[in-house]
Amino acid sequence: MHKLMASAHKEFLLLIRDIGGIAILFIMPLVLIVTITLIQDSTFKTVADTKIPILVVNNDQGTVSETILEGLKDSNAFEVILENTEEAAKNLVFKGAYQLAIVIPENLSSGLEQKVAQNVDGIISKFGLEEETDSLTKIPVESKEVKLYFDPATQVSFKSSVKNGIDKMVSKIETQSIYKAFQEQITDDPTEVIFETENFITFKEILPKTDNKDIIPNSVQHNVPAWTLFAIFFIIVPLSINIVKEKSQGTFVRLRTNPVSYATVLGGKTLIYLTVCLIQFVLMLLVGLYVFPAIGLPTLDVSGRLPLLFVVAIFAGLAAIGLGLLLGTIAKTQEQSAPFGATFVVILAALGGVWVPVFIMPKFMQTLSNISPMNWGLNAFYDVFLRHGSLLDILPEISLLFLFFIATTIIAIVYNEKKNTV
Amino acid sequence: MIHIEHVSKKYKKADNYSLSDLSLFIDEKEIFGLLGPNGAGKTTLISILCSLIKPTSGSFSIKGLTYKEHKNQLKQLIGIVPQEYALYPSLTAFENLKYFGSMYGLKGKSLDEKIHNSLDHLGLVKFAHKKIDTFSGGMKRRVNLIASILHNPKVLFLDEPTVGVDVQSKNVIIEFLQELNKNGTTIIYTSHHLNEAETFCTRVAIIDHGKLIVKGKPKELINNNPGAHNLEDVFISLTGKALRDHA
Repeated sequence: MHKLMASAHKEFLLLIRDIGGIAILFIMPLVLIVTITLIQDSTFKTVADTKIPILVVNNDQGTVSETILEGLKDSNAFEVILENTEEAAKNLVFKGAYQLAIVIPENLSSGLEQKVAQNVDGIISKFGLEEETDSLTKIPVESKEVKLYFDPATQVSFKSSVKNGIDKMVSKIETQSIYKAFQEQITDDPTEVIFETENFITFKEILPKTDNKDIIPNSVQHNVPAWTLFAIFFIIVPLSINIVKEKSQGTFVRLRTNPVSYATVLGGKTLIYLTVCLIQFVLMLLVGLYVFPAIGLPTLDVSGRLPLLFVVAIFAGLAAIGLGLLLGTIAKTQEQSAPFGATFVVILAALGGVWVPVFIMPKFMQTLSNISPMNWGLNAFYDVFLRHGSLLDILPEISLLFLFFIATTIIAIVYNEKKNTV
Repeated sequence: MIHIEHVSKKYKKADNYSLSDLSLFIDEKEIFGLLGPNGAGKTTLISILCSLIKPTSGSFSIKGLTYKEHKNQLKQLIGIVPQEYALYPSLTAFENLKYFGSMYGLKGKSLDEKIHNSLDHLGLVKFAHKKIDTFSGGMKRRVNLIASILHNPKVLFLDEPTVGVDVQSKNVIIEFLQELNKNGTTIIYTSHHLNEAETFCTRVAIIDHGKLIVKGKPKELINNNPGAHNLEDVFISLTGKALRDHA
C-alpha cells in the first residue's frame, strides 16, 4: 500500500509540474464541448430561424406553382429567389452559389387539373352521375416532374429533408385538387362544405416524464455526455506518453531492479489519472450548468442524477486508463503512442456513436460498435441523462467498462512480464 | 558471493555473442572492475546480474540466491547505478530519492534522514529541493548514485558511474563508494577510466568480444605484463589498438 501511494504521489508531482500538459488535459476538453455544442445548437437554430436562399424556376405560373411557392415561404426555412431559366439555376447551384434549385415544369397546374378532372369524371360516371360520353373523350395527360438541383457539397441529411418536404407538399396539393374536383362535380355552390380537408391521421411525440414533466432532450443533453466521454478517453494519450517517457528516461530500468511490481507502478498511475478524469467530468458538468446558459445555450439538467453520472464517469475513466496503460506498455516511442492514441480515440468515438448514431450505421459497423468501450459509456450516460435509468439499467454497461479495464491492465502486466522476465 | 557460470548472451538479430561462456567469481566486499573496450559486453554482464536481461545460456547466483527463486530478496539485496540518469527531470532531488527509497519499503523520518545525510555527503544538500533538470551532469550522477544506495544494498552495480563528470565530482563519487565498501558493500563497476580503476579496484577483469581475457589485482596484472607501467598498458596489450566502433 505504501509503495502504491508513493507511486501515486510521484505521478501527482509529475502531472502538476507539467503546466502545459494540465492545460491540455483540462482546458481543451472544455473548449471542445463548448465549440461542438454551440455549432450543433446553432445548426438547429439555423434551420428554424435563418432562411437558406434557394432558387426557383417557375415554368408553370399557375395555381400549383403558386401553392408550392407559398409553401416554401411559409416553411420559414427558405428564402425563395426566382430564376428565369433552368440552365442558369443549374449552373449557379453546381458552382456552389446556392444549395438548391427547384424547377417547376410547364403546365403543371393545368396538367394536374386535367388529370384530376379526368379521374374524378371517370369515378362519377361509374356511379351513373354523368354521361358516359365524357369519359370516352379522355385525352392522355403526361405526368409532370419537379426537378431538384443540389450543390454537390450539400449534406445527404439536408437533401433528404428537402426531398421529403417537397414530396409532402406535392402530395397535399394533389389531394386538395382531387377534393376540389369532386366538390365541383357534386355541387354548384362553391361555399358548400362537402369534404373535410383536414388530416384525419396526425402524430404526436410522447416524451418520457419525470414528476409529470416532459423530459425534452436538447443539444446540451446530447453533447455533454458524448464529448465528456471523448475527453475522458483522450486520457490515453498523456498516460501512454507518461509510460513511454519513463522507459526513455531510464527510470523504468531502475524500477525494474527495485522490489516493486509493475501492477503497483500502474496502480499509482491509475489512481492519479482516474482523478484527472473525474476532475474533467466535474468541469464539463460545471460548464453545462453555468457557462452554457450564460452564452445562450440550454442548461444541462443533472437534477437527481449526479451520483449515477459519477458512477458512469468512474467506470468510463477506468476503461480509458486501461487502454492507456496497455498502449504505453507496448509502445516503444512517443512517436508511436501519441498519434496512435489520438487516432484510436477518434475511431472509438466514431464507432461508439459520438458523431453518428449507431442505429443508422451499416450492420457491420453496428456489430463493431458493440465492442467499443465508448459505446458502452455513451449508452450508460444516455441511460442516466436522457432515459432516467437506474443503477440496474446501467449495470451491464459499467460491468463491460470495468471488465475492459481489468482485461487491458492484465494484458499490459503480462506483456511487460513476458518482455522482461529473467 | 557472486558466482557466474558459463554465461553467454546473444541478442536477437545480432551476428555475434555479446557474452561468450563467461565464468567469474566475485568475493564479498570486493571492489571489482569490469573493464573492456566499447561493445566488449560489460553492460550486458551487469544487466544480466541485475535481472534486466536474460542470459542465452549459463547461470549465476548472488549470495547463493537466484532470480528465479528469490526475485524480491535479491532485488532488496542489490543496488544498480545505471549509465543513464535514471531520474525524473521535473522532480526535485529529494522527491526523486524519496520515491525510489519508498520502492524499497523505506518511509518516514528514517528515509528523510537517510536522504539528507547522503545528499550532505555528496555535497548536494543545498540543492535537495531543486529540480533535476537544473542540475549539471556531475550533480545528476551523484543523485543517481544516492538513489541506488538508500536501502543499504549488499551488492552495488555501477555502470560507468563517473562518465562525463568533472574531476571534483569524480573524486567525491569515488570516496563515497570507498566508504560504502568499507561498510561492507560489494562493488562491481564498469569504467573506461583505467587510471581510476587501477587505484579504486581491488580486482579487475578485462573483457573483450564477450570473453574474459584476464582477471586479477591491478598490480599483479601490471607486473605480469612485461613493459606495462599501468593498467592502460595492460589493457592495450591485451585488447589491441584497433578502434571498436559498432552500431
